[in-house]
Amino acid sequence: MSAQQPLLSIRGVQTFYGKIQALHGVDLDVYEGEIVTLIGANGAGKSTLMMTVCGTPQARNGSVTYCGEDITYKPTYEIMRTGIAQSPEGRRIFPRMTVLENLMMGGMVAGNEHFEEDLRRAFELFPRLKERQQQRGGTLSGGEQQMLAIARALMSRPRLLLLDEPSLGLAPIIVAQIFDAIRELNRTDGLTVFLVEQNAYHALKLAHRGYVMVNGTITMTGTGKELLSREEVKAAYLEGGAH
Amino acid sequence: MQARQKDSLLVASVKDSLGAAVITFALACVMVGLRVDVASGRGAELFLEHRWLAVAVAVLIVFAGRLAMNIFFWKREDPPSLNLSGLMPKGGLGANSSNIIKYGLLGLAVVLPFVLMFWLGARGSRQYIDLAILVLTYVMLGWGLNIVVGLAGLLDLGYVAFYAVGAYSYALLAHYFGFSFWLCLPLAGILAAFWGIILGFPVLRLRGDYLAIVTLAFGEIIRVVLLNWYQFTGGPDGLSGIPRPSFFGLEFSRGEGGFASFFGLDYSSIHRIIFLYYLIFAMALFTNFVTMRLRRMPIGRAWEALREDEIACRALGINTTNTKLTAFALGAMFAGFAGSFFATRQGFISPESFTFLESAIILAIVVLGGLGSQIGVVIAAIVMIGGFEFFREFEEYRMLVFGMIMVVIMVWKPRGLISSRTPSVALSKNAKGISADLVQEGHG
Repeated sequence: MSAQQPLLSIRGVQTFYGKIQALHGVDLDVYEGEIVTLIGANGAGKSTLMMTVCGTPQARNGSVTYCGEDITYKPTYEIMRTGIAQSPEGRRIFPRMTVLENLMMGGMVAGNEHFEEDLRRAFELFPRLKERQQQRGGTLSGGEQQMLAIARALMSRPRLLLLDEPSLGLAPIIVAQIFDAIRELNRTDGLTVFLVEQNAYHALKLAHRGYVMVNGTITMTGTGKELLSREEVKAAYLEGGAH
Repeated sequence: MQARQKDSLLVASVKDSLGAAVITFALACVMVGLRVDVASGRGAELFLEHRWLAVAVAVLIVFAGRLAMNIFFWKREDPPSLNLSGLMPKGGLGANSSNIIKYGLLGLAVVLPFVLMFWLGARGSRQYIDLAILVLTYVMLGWGLNIVVGLAGLLDLGYVAFYAVGAYSYALLAHYFGFSFWLCLPLAGILAAFWGIILGFPVLRLRGDYLAIVTLAFGEIIRVVLLNWYQFTGGPDGLSGIPRPSFFGLEFSRGEGGFASFFGLDYSSIHRIIFLYYLIFAMALFTNFVTMRLRRMPIGRAWEALREDEIACRALGINTTNTKLTAFALGAMFAGFAGSFFATRQGFISPESFTFLESAIILAIVVLGGLGSQIGVVIAAIVMIGGFEFFREFEEYRMLVFGMIMVVIMVWKPRGLISSRTPSVALSKNAKGISADLVQEGHG
């Protein structure tokens, strides 16, 4: 695959919830080794786009291509086995299962040859999880749960990591920790990251490129720095200054 | 100040209790006060009977009870904590005491028939061994259903359908082809699993309540078909003369070639009962063994994850449909085994034995025991089935007591008798069961 071909390519995607159209023809590319962020207000369709990539709901029109392969109408569980992993919105860890079991679930479809190694890497990235490995997922704090959700997604050794609002409801210092971990993953492991965020400032600072979504369409795109300096972005998403 | 507070407490309590009494009165007027009866003296004429005294008693009981609860518990500033929960096994039942119960029960189950025989003699112990067989049958059914409801979190209200499939598989195969019990046992399990898949495939995209309704309907369909397909199943007459199991080819019969003469024992009908006891005991243990093994394997962990969060499962690349189907089929298979055992024990089956009530009892055993807990199922089965039989003398109050026990357990142990979940995997040696009490937040 040439460097020019995107790892994930979304073309003209339209997604509906029943009769309501959530996405009005979205184009978006994620290249190998990039961190790409998608920012926008509540209800703009950010999470819908991410879920469309995962196949629930499926796009009605348009296409989602991953590694040159059309995955638009594949069932979710098959998509999630092709090297895409997701930390879903609201984390969705398994609350009654232990941290270790949660991580094992993440590595389940990948088989268990690399389990020990992947586990070590996950604990290296998030030492807190190591301390709490026998604790139930539901007893973790919000930040720890988010770390667990990311670590769980990583257990399947993905090429592309989808993160849906990892900063949701977390204290700024925890958000910084989590974003540091994402940066570290991208730098050292070369992981490609597609990040959906409301926390526009942090997301754009972290990302190589960004997209802005309004009412189901992409209105702006550019590098993270570019977008951060645009007046419209500042006005709409960075009100109240950097936080 | 104190007195005024007390006064307002009393007033509020009385008001509340009066309200309850009025509601009771309204309900009781129609439901208790009037009774249609058939006059015995004047032919089959219907007449209306008034029972106002009963209404008054009902209203008084509700008023007094509610008042007492209000004053002593609900409206008090510092309601006394009901420390009755101390009487029940604690949620965080330590690994040790849990093990003691487990092995204690296991040991008891192994020696039970002989203890009873020694104590009460062959004649006297028979009914108790019969009861033990019944309890063990329900333990096995509970363990089977625990896979579906407890582990995979699929609410199945028609579990008895697979029990029926197993029982009828054996009865019909024996009836038409003369197959023996030992041949039919696996066949019954396979057929039940097959039906589990047939049912499961179209409905497993449903969730929660919807799934429950469909499984309920399925259970009824099976029963109604069995009831109406007269030529094949014998309909309401059922099937009789179902062959008894043999002990490695030895029949439990009088005379030459029977079990008793082969081992040089005097013939006694108790031999077969004891054999049946150990048979169901072994089958139940097999169920438990398979479940416990699967729980530690990826598929078992996937079941539990599915119970916790289906969307997350899909996001992790788990094929949720297949995972549910395996749970459903496996649960059905064990019900099938239990069903063929039931058929061979009774020697006679009819659709009567497979009503919705059976499903409800099995489900109650699983829920009261604590979803997903194997030992909880055993305790619940002993309490429910054993208790049910022991209270037979109290005929009319039996259901009342039964209902009250269930309510009491659910109030004090809302997650069932054993609510701790043992992790399926541990890196360190001192892994403990994690009490449900620790995690109430976020997850109902």
